[in-house]
Amino acid sequence: MENTSNLGRTLNSGKEVLKNENAVVDCDIHNSVPPGGLSPYLSKNWKEHHKQFGLRSRIGGYYPRALLNAARRDAWPPSGLPPGADLGFMQKQLLDAWNIEYGVLNPLIAVGEQLNLEYGAALAKAVNEWQIAEWVEPEPRLRASIVIPYEDGELAAEEIHRCGENPGFVQILLIARTRAPLGNRKYWKIYEAAAEYELPIGIHFGGVAGPITGAGWPSYYIEDHGGMPQAFHTQVISYVCEGVFDRFPTLRVALIEGGFAWLPPLIWRLDATWKKLRSEIPKLQRKPSEYIREHFWLSTQPMEEPPKREYFEQLLEQMDMDDKLMFATDYPHWDFDSPHRALPNFLKPELRRKILADNARALYQFEKK
Amino acid sequence: MRKEDGGAPAKLSTPTQFVYAGIQAIDCDIHNEIPSLQTLFPYMSDFWCDYCRNSGFRGPDANDYPRGSPLTTHPDAIPPWEVDLPHIREWLLDRWNLEYGILNCAYRVQSVHNPDLAAALAQAINDWQIEHWLEPEPRLRASLVIPSQVPELAAKEIERVGEHPGFVQVIMPVRSRTPYGNRFYHPIYEAAVRHHLAVGIHYGGAPGNQPSPTGWPSTYLEEYSGMTQVFQAQVISLVVEGIFNQFPELRIVLIESGFTWLPAVMWRIDKEWRGLRNNTPWLKRLPSDYMREHIRFTLQPIDSPPNPKELLQIIGQLESEEMLMFSTDYPHWQFDTPTDALPPELPRQLAHKILWENARAFYQL
Repeated sequence: MENTSNLGRTLNSGKEVLKNENAVVDCDIHNSVPPGGLSPYLSKNWKEHHKQFGLRSRIGGYYPRALLNAARRDAWPPSGLPPGADLGFMQKQLLDAWNIEYGVLNPLIAVGEQLNLEYGAALAKAVNEWQIAEWVEPEPRLRASIVIPYEDGELAAEEIHRCGENPGFVQILLIARTRAPLGNRKYWKIYEAAAEYELPIGIHFGGVAGPITGAGWPSYYIEDHGGMPQAFHTQVISYVCEGVFDRFPTLRVALIEGGFAWLPPLIWRLDATWKKLRSEIPKLQRKPSEYIREHFWLSTQPMEEPPKREYFEQLLEQMDMDDKLMFATDYPHWDFDSPHRALPNFLKPELRRKILADNARALYQFEKK
Repeated sequence: MRKEDGGAPAKLSTPTQFVYAGIQAIDCDIHNEIPSLQTLFPYMSDFWCDYCRNSGFRGPDANDYPRGSPLTTHPDAIPPWEVDLPHIREWLLDRWNLEYGILNCAYRVQSVHNPDLAAALAQAINDWQIEHWLEPEPRLRASLVIPSQVPELAAKEIERVGEHPGFVQVIMPVRSRTPYGNRFYHPIYEAAVRHHLAVGIHYGGAPGNQPSPTGWPSTYLEEYSGMTQVFQAQVISLVVEGIFNQFPELRIVLIESGFTWLPAVMWRIDKEWRGLRNNTPWLKRLPSDYMREHIRFTLQPIDSPPNPKELLQIIGQLESEEMLMFSTDYPHWQFDTPTDALPPELPRQLAHKILWENARAFYQL
């Protein structure tokens, strides 16, 4: 394990360069639990359960990551804690260094994947309490996502009701690879609760519920990581076709760490197929593309990087979603995007501001500082 | 069962307003469907005929083209299982001025779990194709149906009939139990290359595992429109698992896959490769280079953007004029009028390549 503190060596501190009008909202920060970190938030029985059996999900889908903990080499804090577990270090390396105005925490602790649903619910409660006590309260720039045992709509909704009024939470966190496509009715209690508290749904990269492609199990991490847009494809189609947005017209969904270049072709295909097969879902009130452009937000990282400037400009025009793209770093993971370098330098200043901060401020209802 | 007269007139096969009329074309996706399991009995052993009769087996149950669905049969065409050679001759080969038509039989022997039955069915289908389609009609070429879930038996079938000049490719459904880049499939690619056959990966299939990384969608609309993500998984698998390094002559064609999604996949995987190339040290070039060199796409369904300019942008982003090959997907419903079969805004030179030249080169016709 490397505990090198090379902050400031590998990363240029942006502090002096960026002024407040250049502040960044980071839509994807991963805070992690240090060993034993959830103990104060679990009941005696669940603590014992945790000790004896640990996390149990649909395992068998593990591909060794690029680097230990999928983390940047320089993200291991000098304190010896794992990447993302040391608030002080995160403040320095991320929030201060890049002039982050607000950051949204998305802890990836697989609570929703637990086979034992009640254990998943207990874990969710613990993680959410830990987030407020140890992250959001001590650091006003951070906001948290509510984690939920999403494979059971009722248990999930209970947790949303428990947390929904707390202003420290700004979204409900789901994962890209779920057991059923997320438009399925089994998840509707989640959306009902989300609508009640006006919380967006965030769907983050990851998860394992069965073979990770529609063609079975691939062999390498590059396929696991590079294939993630396939899961997002299915989720977008499912939300639209299952009528979720007709039933919950105020629902907003953020697709996090899925990239976005795949969206325009998906929109065209879905509209074209719907024209032929609309008799199957006669209740759908509008063209699929209209729902998609209205209800989905997308985080940028990992940005697709077309080889030519014109392709990127074409992509933005085809998407026609300038108000929906939101910058994210994915700190502390290896494929971190820097606010300085990730966005192409030819973007118009107005659009750059939208992506770096304004769009996320609007979705998460952040006050401009 | 089949109409002897070739069925009712089909409006969509009268390309009178076809903007490129006069240019010769090759149609890379015509469906010849097996009317029923009984059609295959004359080509199967007594053992398997008895097995089918006694067990009540009625054929693979992929159901990737629900029989009544509007997409399966164009509102003005006859249903696929009634399409026979006279019909194809009259409504497709003659009227569209086709130099060649490539038949893609979508009978899913790959969904049959009994490997020997799957192989027996494949063998019967190929013999039926030779007798009823290839021998009587020199403009037709066909796809060799193989039990790809058992590569050893699939390779045997390629050995058996791969030298027949009518077969130009082997065909496998895009939905598989294991992605096609896996070395498990090497015997198929080895045999295909040895017999100078392309490998076609076609929409559909029913291997038993879920059709997406997130389980089973509820509707056919979701499954059909979502099938592009399975094609994406296969493209990524084929390239990064090193199939083209292992078989440098291998030619792959994705059929009924759409193609507008490809630039986004190229950009994403090229970027992944920069970060994760230690996963796959055999890749010596950008993944997108392998795609351009080895993979082709049939045209329909185009999944056209509403603005024709955007389609040209996507074709430009492919950075290759060789990747697209004309297809009608007949008798499935992919376009309303012949004008829509090929986007009218294509530059003439590119249209010529898509209509004819690319397929001619790819299939070595």
